[in-house]
Amino acid sequence: MSTTGIAAKSKFANGHPADYRRVYVWEMPVRAYHWINAIVLVVLCITGYLIGAPIRAFYASEAYQQYWFGWIRFLHFLCAYVYVFNFLMRIYWGFVGNKYAKWNNFFPLTKAQREEIMDVLKTDVFQVKLHGAISTGHNALAAFIYFFTFLAFCAQSITGFALYSSMSNSWIPRMFTWIVPLMGGEMSVRYWHHLFMWFFVTFIVVHIYLAFYHDYIEGRGTISSIVGGWKFDKMPEKKD
Amino acid sequence: MGQSIWQSMEKKGYSRRQFLQFCSAAAAAAGFAQSGVAQVVSAFEKKEKPAVVWMHFQECTCCSESFIRASHPIVADALLDVLSLNYTETLMAASGFQAEKSLQDTIKNNKGKYIVLVEGAVPTKDGGVYCMIGGKTAESILQEVSKDAAAIVAWGSCASNGCVQAAKPNPTHATPIHKLVDKPVINVPGCPPIADVMMAVVTHVLVLGQIPALDSLGRPKEFYGRRVHDTCYRRPNYDAGLFVESFDDENARKGYCLYKLGCKGPVTYNACSVVRWNEGTSYPIQSGHPCIGCSEEGFWDNGPLYQHLSTFPGFGIESTADTVGTFVAAATLAGVAAHAVVTNVRKHKVIAEVHAEEEKEQ
Repeated sequence: MSTTGIAAKSKFANGHPADYRRVYVWEMPVRAYHWINAIVLVVLCITGYLIGAPIRAFYASEAYQQYWFGWIRFLHFLCAYVYVFNFLMRIYWGFVGNKYAKWNNFFPLTKAQREEIMDVLKTDVFQVKLHGAISTGHNALAAFIYFFTFLAFCAQSITGFALYSSMSNSWIPRMFTWIVPLMGGEMSVRYWHHLFMWFFVTFIVVHIYLAFYHDYIEGRGTISSIVGGWKFDKMPEKKD
Repeated sequence: MGQSIWQSMEKKGYSRRQFLQFCSAAAAAAGFAQSGVAQVVSAFEKKEKPAVVWMHFQECTCCSESFIRASHPIVADALLDVLSLNYTETLMAASGFQAEKSLQDTIKNNKGKYIVLVEGAVPTKDGGVYCMIGGKTAESILQEVSKDAAAIVAWGSCASNGCVQAAKPNPTHATPIHKLVDKPVINVPGCPPIADVMMAVVTHVLVLGQIPALDSLGRPKEFYGRRVHDTCYRRPNYDAGLFVESFDDENARKGYCLYKLGCKGPVTYNACSVVRWNEGTSYPIQSGHPCIGCSEEGFWDNGPLYQHLSTFPGFGIESTADTVGTFVAAATLAGVAAHAVVTNVRKHKVIAEVHAEEEKEQ
């Protein structure tokens, strides 16, 4: 007989609704960060792809009659700025936010975190468990992967600003001019910047799926939590 | 004691008016304002004309070919004829021991005053045996020549960043000049560099006796400060999203942007679209061909030339990052779908088990 979490939960849930409590997991700035990031990342991927491989979208007989490629690029640069400052805000919130937003979530420094990583691997990847004892906030594996995502954010911001620096007098992109010779010219900077886009595309696919997956197997409102901030947490085990 | 440029021109029968014309052309080529002409005149009148040695290492001589096609013949004539171009394998009449002696004499007699122009990269592998002149390796010649030089100019992409010799796998370990000498080197990249740019750089060094303002890659800011793209006359088509789709389409005839045919103008720093080539006649993009980015480091390795994005290593010629990325994203989607199916099967089993348990309890 299976002794999975689902079975145990169903037993509690059967006529004991108070066994679950609401936990305010994602504070407003975290949710705002998530959705701004989501929108901006999608726009960046689409416009970035179009900058690399423009389509024949509109036709004009004279160049002055339209500016659509210019607008695509403008949108890309605009979103890039939003994305960077949004990310900086999140880093700040990692120090002042609640315990689910704290910076130390993203590094598996404790034994408990490392054990949870194994647990999540068993649940998500190897599928030998249907529902482990997964923590209420970010699970340890997801958080650790977000850490690598943050590194990708940094790489993408740095290469992006390096490419942008030649067309800007602003001090922010100008800080990254030295990246270009370091990476062997703009051709290779652009190459890496482009390649990283596919990391984000892949991340988006996996992230959305796993969010639904955890909602589906845990049954405690993972999907709605990023809208309202509430998750449902099992009360400490009560002996009947 | 050597002669000044004015003295040697006078001796050759040039008039004062022709000399002043030459000075104006030289000043313009070096990018001085009108007020700078007096400075040029003064320098050419008084300064002893500097000795110049032009070294050839691993290269194709396209830089020399470009140089002799400068659009100010009077400048070219003056620099090649009037200047003491004491050593250049391609153009000098002397050969053998005579030529090598000329080089030695120049170095000895003009210590700290002569200018070294280097064309070509220097191979350093296997003791430098892949490029030897007069029984000496290119590397030892370079060290010898550059030791007492007043200025070193690296002509073309070979000398500036290695160009085709340094393309992967770089079998001779071709090395750009600035990595071998510990003096400031003026890099004038391009395959070849624009004739008038070469002329201007030489003029600047001769006239002012100093190195022009250089960027972080050692290139003169005057000519390499902007991208080909920034000054391209087809740029409005780029912003409008009007692109040539293939070399023989209607858009090509209309002169739309060549970006989709792999134009490297947006990542290439050069003065082609301003100075142009062959007496300002045209430049590649104006002739309907995308820029191949010949003045950028590693442009051979960032190919193909007619593709906007470099190929992805290890996946065959036609794979760009996009092909690989699409494949990875599709594989991820497929994996996710398979995962969802397995999850559902497993969850159904668990639900059934729970139901069975509940029924048993009741």
